[in-house]
Amino acid sequence: MLDDNDLQKYSEIARRIRFDVIKMTYHAGSGHPGGSMSIAEILTILYFKHLAHRPSEPHWENRDRVILSKGHACPALYAVLAEAGYYPRDEMWTLRKFGSRLQGHPALDKGLPGIEVSTGSLGQGISIAVGIALSFKHLDNNHRRVYTILGDGEIEEGQVWEAFMAAGHYHLDNLVAIIDNNDLQIDGFVSDVMNVHPIFDKMKAFNWYPIVAEGHDFNSLNNAFEQAKQVKGMPVTIIAKTVKGKGISYMENVAGWHGKAPNRELAIKAVEELGFPQSALDKDIAK
Amino acid sequence: MNIYERHDWKMVPSRNGFGRALTELAERHPELVVIGADLTESTRANYFSEKYPDRFFNAGIAEQNAAGMAAGLALTGKIPVFSTYGVFAAGRAFDQIRTTICYSNANVKIGGAHGGLSVGPDGATHQALEEIALIRVLPHMTLFTPADDEETRKATIAAVEQINGPVYIRFGRAPVPSITDESTPFEVGKARIVKDGEDITIIACGAMVAESILASEILERDGISVRIIDMHTIKPIDRQAIEESARKTGAILTVEEHQIEGGLGGAVAEVVVRTYPVPMDFVAVNDRFGESGEPMELIKKFELDYESIARKARELSKKKA
Ligand SMILES: Cc1ncc(C[n+]2csc(CCOP(=O)(O)OP(=O)(O)O)c2C)c(N)n1
Repeated sequence: MLDDNDLQKYSEIARRIRFDVIKMTYHAGSGHPGGSMSIAEILTILYFKHLAHRPSEPHWENRDRVILSKGHACPALYAVLAEAGYYPRDEMWTLRKFGSRLQGHPALDKGLPGIEVSTGSLGQGISIAVGIALSFKHLDNNHRRVYTILGDGEIEEGQVWEAFMAAGHYHLDNLVAIIDNNDLQIDGFVSDVMNVHPIFDKMKAFNWYPIVAEGHDFNSLNNAFEQAKQVKGMPVTIIAKTVKGKGISYMENVAGWHGKAPNRELAIKAVEELGFPQSALDKDIAK
Repeated sequence: MNIYERHDWKMVPSRNGFGRALTELAERHPELVVIGADLTESTRANYFSEKYPDRFFNAGIAEQNAAGMAAGLALTGKIPVFSTYGVFAAGRAFDQIRTTICYSNANVKIGGAHGGLSVGPDGATHQALEEIALIRVLPHMTLFTPADDEETRKATIAAVEQINGPVYIRFGRAPVPSITDESTPFEVGKARIVKDGEDITIIACGAMVAESILASEILERDGISVRIIDMHTIKPIDRQAIEESARKTGAILTVEEHQIEGGLGGAVAEVVVRTYPVPMDFVAVNDRFGESGEPMELIKKFELDYESIARKARELSKKKA
């Protein structure tokens, strides 16, 4: 169990990530807030409790790897990286702008510290994660872990199941795939567009160790990440029950907020709902 | 001020023409079915899916399967139209398009949306700059790269009504100048002469046709007379129009929102060297990936804007024999 201090600290970080996502996408005029909100707690507990990393030394050899397979949710990743100190906070507001290191999808070539690889074409990140885990476990004798985050719509891609099969086959117990089970994709509910369920049974059948967690509950997520470290001989998936757009009343469970930035009025509403003053939305924005 | 305002061009996304064509075709062709891949609104296939939900199938985020399913539907006499972003259609599902669709000459139509830099802020992963090269090498394939909304509508209709076999239609996301209207002719495989000229030919496709028209206005002021061709069909390419342009103007500049290698420029050069070799140059993305930014910012940075076109055309015209 996390103690109250920890819980408060993590909640505060997740709240700030949500605020940053709103501010970034609002000033960019585009982007993906829905699927960013659903992973705020996942990224928080991962980066601030479980991940072996050194923000001041992003290429540290002994770091764990994080691959955001659902690359479109990068505003949340950019926010957590800034929070952890990988790069200056002010740079966040350049999201999606001409010349920015914060590209519309994570871009290795732009050199933002903490970005391990370019993603954005769904289904590809998991294969990359399998490749890294394979190398660590079977070639490098490296005891670091690989974490990857997928969308529940993303797992409709055939490549994902090819990667799952390979990870099970090679017994990659250094690999943890978090599935952001927010039930929505772009065209609507995952179960209406192309049903992926039952995910738990499928993962078992693919020789993975599935764990179900409440994706906005730090204790539940923390237990899942702890448990994942104990599993031997098979890769672990954390099926995180989440809400797309979580934390912003008008975004929650609305598919339309997948890839659209809030206008000014709604951005202000979101900022206030998150408990920030309205003025925070424009603070430090170069005009 | 926006340069387009000097003309009375309406700004409309080409993808709208694709969506409009689908609903128009739906009435005439009960065998027409549409396949989406979780981007139904973005590609404008939603114009169809909302009206004809029973003839719309969402493959989910599974482009390879979508392409294969389309082939299966075609084998049972349907006319399937599969649409998603160009990067995922031509890129992700390439082998399925090659071996399942083209090799069997399956009657599948593919709507390759968000071609070129027009997705802007989404960045390199979503900017389709390779489809012309990928698609035009496929036997049995027809490749359309219409210039605007209305031409996209016509190309989509032609794909279904005039061609029994695979067709790829490349169109964009951002609003672009409407330079054709309902009365403008569209003939499969026949280049459209936008305007005639004496000193140089600019062969363009997609939104670059409008950009080339703007370039020609600068050039004409300098006394360079420009012939402009809208190469809306890249495969089969209009050899006659290319040869005629080479003979008539003695220099050809191609302009495309695509990688410099393997695209429209390559297709035109392949004809030029075998018919009537003349100096050529290429305006295209110079062997690099895209990046985030507003489409017009990127067009400028990648030197695809009318000023860059005019500059290259001027240099090229000096090389004429
Ligand atoms: C291969 C591929 N196909 C399509 C897309 C377009 N796209 C971006 S996000 C998305 C929906 C993703 O849904 P999900 O994985 O559930 O993400 P979340 O809802 O958590 O944001 C789609 C179809 C893409 N990026 N890559």
